[in-house]
Amino acid sequence: MKEMINFLILPLLIPFLTGILLIFFAKNVVIQRWIAAISALFNVVIAFLLVQKVRNDGIQTLDVSSWQAPFGITLVSDMLSALLVLTTTIIAFTSIIYSFRSIGVEREKYFYYPALNFLIVGVIGAFTTGDIFNLFVFFEVLLMASYVLLVLGGTKIQLRETIKYILVNVISSALFVIAVAYLYSVVGTLNMAHISVRLDDLGQSGIITVIAVLFLIVFGLKGGIFPLYFWLPGSYYAPPAPVMALFGALLTKVGVYAIMRTYTLFFIHDTGYTHQLLMILTIITIVVGVIGAIAFSDIKKIIIYNIIVAIGVILFGVSVMTPDSLAGSVFYLIHDMVIKAALFLLIGIMIAITGTSDLRKISGLIRRYPGLGWTFFIAALVLAGIPPFSGFVGKVLIVKGGFESEQFLGAGIVLASSLLVLFSIMKIFINGFWGTPQDYKGETNVPVRKLLIAPVILVTISVLYGAGSEIIFPYISQAAETLANPSVYIEAVLKEW
Amino acid sequence: MKTNDLILQTTTKVVLFIIILFSFHIFFAGHYTPGGGFVGGLLTSGAIILLMLAFDMKTVSQILPVNYIYMAATGLLFAGGTAAGALFFNVPLLTHAFGHVDLPILGDTALHTATIFDLGVFLVVVGVTMTIIQTIGEDE
Amino acid sequence: MEIVMAFVIGILFMSATYLMLSKSLLRIIIGTGLLSHGAHLLILTMGGLKRGTVPLLGEEASSYTDPIPQALILTAIVISFGVTAFFLVLAYRAYKELGTDNTERLRGNEGND
Repeated sequence: MKEMINFLILPLLIPFLTGILLIFFAKNVVIQRWIAAISALFNVVIAFLLVQKVRNDGIQTLDVSSWQAPFGITLVSDMLSALLVLTTTIIAFTSIIYSFRSIGVEREKYFYYPALNFLIVGVIGAFTTGDIFNLFVFFEVLLMASYVLLVLGGTKIQLRETIKYILVNVISSALFVIAVAYLYSVVGTLNMAHISVRLDDLGQSGIITVIAVLFLIVFGLKGGIFPLYFWLPGSYYAPPAPVMALFGALLTKVGVYAIMRTYTLFFIHDTGYTHQLLMILTIITIVVGVIGAIAFSDIKKIIIYNIIVAIGVILFGVSVMTPDSLAGSVFYLIHDMVIKAALFLLIGIMIAITGTSDLRKISGLIRRYPGLGWTFFIAALVLAGIPPFSGFVGKVLIVKGGFESEQFLGAGIVLASSLLVLFSIMKIFINGFWGTPQDYKGETNVPVRKLLIAPVILVTISVLYGAGSEIIFPYISQAAETLANPSVYIEAVLKEW
Repeated sequence: MKTNDLILQTTTKVVLFIIILFSFHIFFAGHYTPGGGFVGGLLTSGAIILLMLAFDMKTVSQILPVNYIYMAATGLLFAGGTAAGALFFNVPLLTHAFGHVDLPILGDTALHTATIFDLGVFLVVVGVTMTIIQTIGEDE
Repeated sequence: MEIVMAFVIGILFMSATYLMLSKSLLRIIIGTGLLSHGAHLLILTMGGLKRGTVPLLGEEASSYTDPIPQALILTAIVISFGVTAFFLVLAYRAYKELGTDNTERLRGNEGND
């Protein structure tokens, strides 16, 4: 059989076609669940094969519509994108099986699964595309789906937060278009590899720095870095747990990925201003996130502020720009996606049992739900990066990179943040799971065992991810290699250029 | 309240077909000249909205018992299917095929798979626009 | 021509900002519409304003307009059409549910219902 040239498009195409198919079965919830789960699981397998293919054969590219590389839209699957696609499919699968027992038939009949699939299309598309305008298009696809998921259910708080969320994103989309317009006027191309080549010829003039900062604003708004995270705690607070897991694990990370890509491929010729700015912002992001995580006594808020901390840590590694710190960032990015999804699903169960997210009203859960309690405990250790677990490896590399390039303050703050993150998450464990058991309303209706399947899968993956870091590390360093060395990416896309 | 909208209703009956025919023209003209599925779809949904204004939503939904959400999904299926069809021939996604065919009455005709894609766009636009109008209009 | 466009775009952005800073939800939505119009015109201007023939029809044309910005604008228009439509429906629903279109009264997180 001939080699399949369209392979890298499959993880994108499968959820797209599934999403369409599910619209037709809107009224039959059981069929919807089966189709959604099977296709998501199948997609995990495909994404895994894609990672192996990239590992063996190098970067995969596809010139969509047979237009040659710099002229048409090119999809590029390098190691970073393939790994993120794999992580995305895993999170999609677990969120789907978690939704069966928690999201409610009303939402399921109202196009919940199609919207979820289209969200995955947008996320995977954004990870895979090699064209800056196409990135905008996939951003819009995932945003459209996220609007639907956020407002689905139509409670007052959801309506209110969706309005704010849409407004913020419409403005940031307009800024994205403006930034692309400026970039196009300077380089005259949209292919990301080609932009990199052209910028190499042009050198970094003032206008490029302006464009770099514009892109930072656009992606920072999506990713939630300081001072652009203001919308995040409110909007992520509103939707139900599986949607929160998808948003927290995927949406902000798309912004982070976009910053990673543009700041390692485009704006590398004068890092003195742009990367310095990024570094200062990420350090403040970590500090602000930690303060939020410690200050709130609402379990959703604590996890949401932990997202902000993680974004700061990942992007600090990017701003340092050494091979070590980039590898650390990639490692930590994947670790964080998995563990944040797990944590959101776990606190979703806690909220389902107790009917509140206020930590002061919860206590003694471990007596009746030991499985939930210990899963949460392991997840907490993984998140904080206690040595054998996966958060540790990523942070060590980021800190090492920070020390190597003599960014002692930033590296120190990254280290200190681990401790405070552990404190914030242990606060949930100690207050929520220890103490005197209480009776909660509607407690008996919660199928805790069945709900636990999804977070247990995720926590297991992240434990294995940490334990098997020896096996996984070659993949990570291949991803970081492409980031540290843009010519690999450029040669793969433009071939004989 | 019953308003006297005889003039609107009578004109609509005639104008409706002109608009729909024109939208088809625009749709096919998009093959090589300005036009295409998006504009054609908007024109068609404009015609249906005119019908809704002249009569009322209930009457219109009796005349056109279409589930617009399914219509949009069908459109997506057309567009996605055309794009994915390239996979069967192992050429890059969205690669189109075209050629000239000598049809009995029409003579030498250019046929292009992009038209099927555009038909999908047409259906999506009509479906989505009408879904939106229905959502806002139904509550009154 | 570029100067005129710069002014047009500037005025559009200015009006958009003004409208988006108001408290009425409907004005905000109109503001976002104007903002995206401004952004679309900006792409057109950034691609270079030229008199010429249709892009890529007839290879001997001495001057033709750059087709890429036009394709980008078309895409961006379709997207902003979709988003604006969704936003309008949402604003309408929110108005019915919350009984107000004043963003001042949409503040805070009290009640957490």
